[in-house]
Amino acid sequence: MTSRLALLSRYAEAAFWMARYIERAENLARLIDVNETFARDSRGTSSWAALIQLNADGQRFTDRHGVGRTDAENVLHFYLLDTDNPSSIRSTVRMARENARTLRPLISTEMWVQLNVFYNRMLTLTAADITTPKLSRLCTAIKESCQVHTGIVEGTFYRDQGWYFYQIGRCLERADQTSRLLDIKYHTLLPSIDDIGSPLDISQWNTLLRSAAGYHAFRRVHARGLNPNDAAGFLIFDDAFPRSICGCINQIADLMTELKSHYALRAGNGAMERLDEIQAILSTRTIERIVAKGLHEFLDALQTQLIALTSDLGAAFFGHDYVPTPEVATVEA
Amino acid sequence: MTGTTDHAVDLFADYDADRFFDELVRPADGTGGSLTGLIRRRLCEMGLDTLHERSQDAENELFNLGITFLIYAENQAVDRILPFDVIPRIITPDEWRHLHDGTVQRVTALNQFLHDIYHDQHLFKDGIVPEDLVLGNENYVPAMKGLAVKYDSYVNILGIDLVRDAEGTFRVLEDNCRVPSGVSYVVENRHLMQRAFPDLMSDIGVKSVTDYGRKLHEALCEMAPEGVLYPQVVLLSPGTYNSAYFEHVFLAREMGVPLVEGSDLVVEDDKVYMKTITGLSPVHSIYRRLGDDFLDPEAFNPESLLGVPGIMRAYAKGNVALANAVGTGVADDKAIYAYMPRLIKYYLDQDPILESVPTHICRERDGLQYTLDHLDELVVKPVGEAGGYGIVIGPKATEEQLDACRASLLADPSNYISQPLVPLSVSPTLTDDGIEPRHVDLRPFCITGQSSWVLPGGLTRVALRKGSLIVNSSQGGGSKDSWVLEGS
Repeated sequence: MTSRLALLSRYAEAAFWMARYIERAENLARLIDVNETFARDSRGTSSWAALIQLNADGQRFTDRHGVGRTDAENVLHFYLLDTDNPSSIRSTVRMARENARTLRPLISTEMWVQLNVFYNRMLTLTAADITTPKLSRLCTAIKESCQVHTGIVEGTFYRDQGWYFYQIGRCLERADQTSRLLDIKYHTLLPSIDDIGSPLDISQWNTLLRSAAGYHAFRRVHARGLNPNDAAGFLIFDDAFPRSICGCINQIADLMTELKSHYALRAGNGAMERLDEIQAILSTRTIERIVAKGLHEFLDALQTQLIALTSDLGAAFFGHDYVPTPEVATVEA
Repeated sequence: MTGTTDHAVDLFADYDADRFFDELVRPADGTGGSLTGLIRRRLCEMGLDTLHERSQDAENELFNLGITFLIYAENQAVDRILPFDVIPRIITPDEWRHLHDGTVQRVTALNQFLHDIYHDQHLFKDGIVPEDLVLGNENYVPAMKGLAVKYDSYVNILGIDLVRDAEGTFRVLEDNCRVPSGVSYVVENRHLMQRAFPDLMSDIGVKSVTDYGRKLHEALCEMAPEGVLYPQVVLLSPGTYNSAYFEHVFLAREMGVPLVEGSDLVVEDDKVYMKTITGLSPVHSIYRRLGDDFLDPEAFNPESLLGVPGIMRAYAKGNVALANAVGTGVADDKAIYAYMPRLIKYYLDQDPILESVPTHICRERDGLQYTLDHLDELVVKPVGEAGGYGIVIGPKATEEQLDACRASLLADPSNYISQPLVPLSVSPTLTDDGIEPRHVDLRPFCITGQSSWVLPGGLTRVALRKGSLIVNSSQGGGSKDSWVLEGS
């Protein structure tokens, strides 16, 4: 018997990032979709600025479009079509495809072809395709393409080490994105404390849950009413909801444990310790306490921890030098 | 099958191959019946609309599959497919036997030549080839001198460029002993035809091309250092931005081996390892799709970022196999090509099975005189150049160009060979105006480890522009599926 061949470090990293980019594209489509709905409600251009703020793209956007030009046309172009913007959907899908190209020897032809066709479809989009009347349909189509990808992965990706890195990347990105989705509502769209619980506020929570495909799931836990704390708590803590932060973090921890034991990997203890820390904090917090101390601050700290986790994985498995993240904040809020 | 011959339009009614040999429109095909006739009839029954429709589908599929190469236009990398012509090129059983035997003979002679020039150099003592032509050749690698190569198999992967003259004689135009490419198209073109034209292929009996990956893997395992029970084979690629990256992926997948880049490999204690998530893992045999110059910045071009520092040390110690061997480029040089018929005779004591294009060696007095006397009929090629640079095509050259050529020849005759212009054979090809003859060549692929194996058929390239003799993809060339008929 030949021994099972260990995965090339470069492949591990490409699998991790292919998953992250697709997840990112899907979530950006969700964010754009929900934003469009918010904008339609009442607030006009202000909510388009929020999208830029959440993705920390302020400087880049201003460089391209100027200060105060956060109207729908500019922002949508920036996030859907702009190839020079690395966080646009066109760029993220391109990066997913580039990683898939690297992984071609490892992945199924079906996985590759679907991504290749998806990318080429993104290339054909023009300004006429992203006007607001067509926007929701386009976002749905992008979400669906990402979900088709996920389905093909489920059905065809050989479950060895590469698959684990793929899943870890997907969960990590999803946790990060759910935190941003929450942030867009809580941090930016809420002008004053008086608005909490207002009809507009409730309708926005409703939309947000729907955009995360979580409305029906939420209703199974909370049969009536829509309390903002319940909604935020659901998206952070409910382990049974596939897009919840807790659910994603727990999955990463399980995947890491399995990966390390199945393949006798000695490296990765730093990442395990960090996961322990994140899990410990999530399991001891209540939504009331988080909100009291500031939801935005909590989410921000969590995002910093996820960035540090990526560095941990890079140092342990991808052959990177360890780069300590500056000012690694704890999730202590 | 739907449609009958009665209603079908004869798509070959105005077809005229002129004075050229035709690969499909010919009476006998050596199969007992007339399979070429059957194929033509089936094409007519499908009709032009169906052919165009399926052709479009096939090209869309190639694009979606990413069977593409990158070209750079206006600062952007664009994926382009190699245009695919749906009408197959036919090779009869007799033709194939001849091509197969000729290819094996040729690779055997090439390997003996390479072993000789890197060891005892009998050929110089026996006056077969001038010493300076080999030792002064820029592709001769002194580091290979005295180095043992398993089974004396230097050229593990050989591609031979063949053309066919007006009489139908196959002639070798060029050997590719370094990193021949194109084999992925042979296999993918077949898969495409099987999906798009099952009705054209049914009951024809075409030799399979699916074994290539397995045979290549076998040969690479055979080449691995002695005593390694389960050799780890890898394919070394320059990376995703290389125009042949699709082919690298294809071959790595077919063999089931990792596709690595230079940065994935590391040499420690003169052994080669790859970097994995569990640490370093040994590598024994490398199919490298990287030229000699780029292979090892320690030994060759220090500027190379694509290679692996120290890999030549590991190779010299016999700790890793490289395919093809280092230093094979000298064997496919145009100057050496001219001597191939003599080399086959010298090493194998056989007449060449495959004809060469008659070649006049200008460093020899008769060759030079003949070339000067017939300059307007000949193609004059500088021996050192590759990729068609510096070639003067006499029949198409102006008076000034011929004069300049004559001057160069007289100034440095050793730098030139000359050949007649070969009237390439044609094969029916689908065009906007119906089915028309277009010129084709053929590149068979041969794998050699302990023994040699030839992939049935090879890559047929077709010059899609009317009248053009240039089959290169950069100049309007496409490809066709090549069907080797099974015979009875």
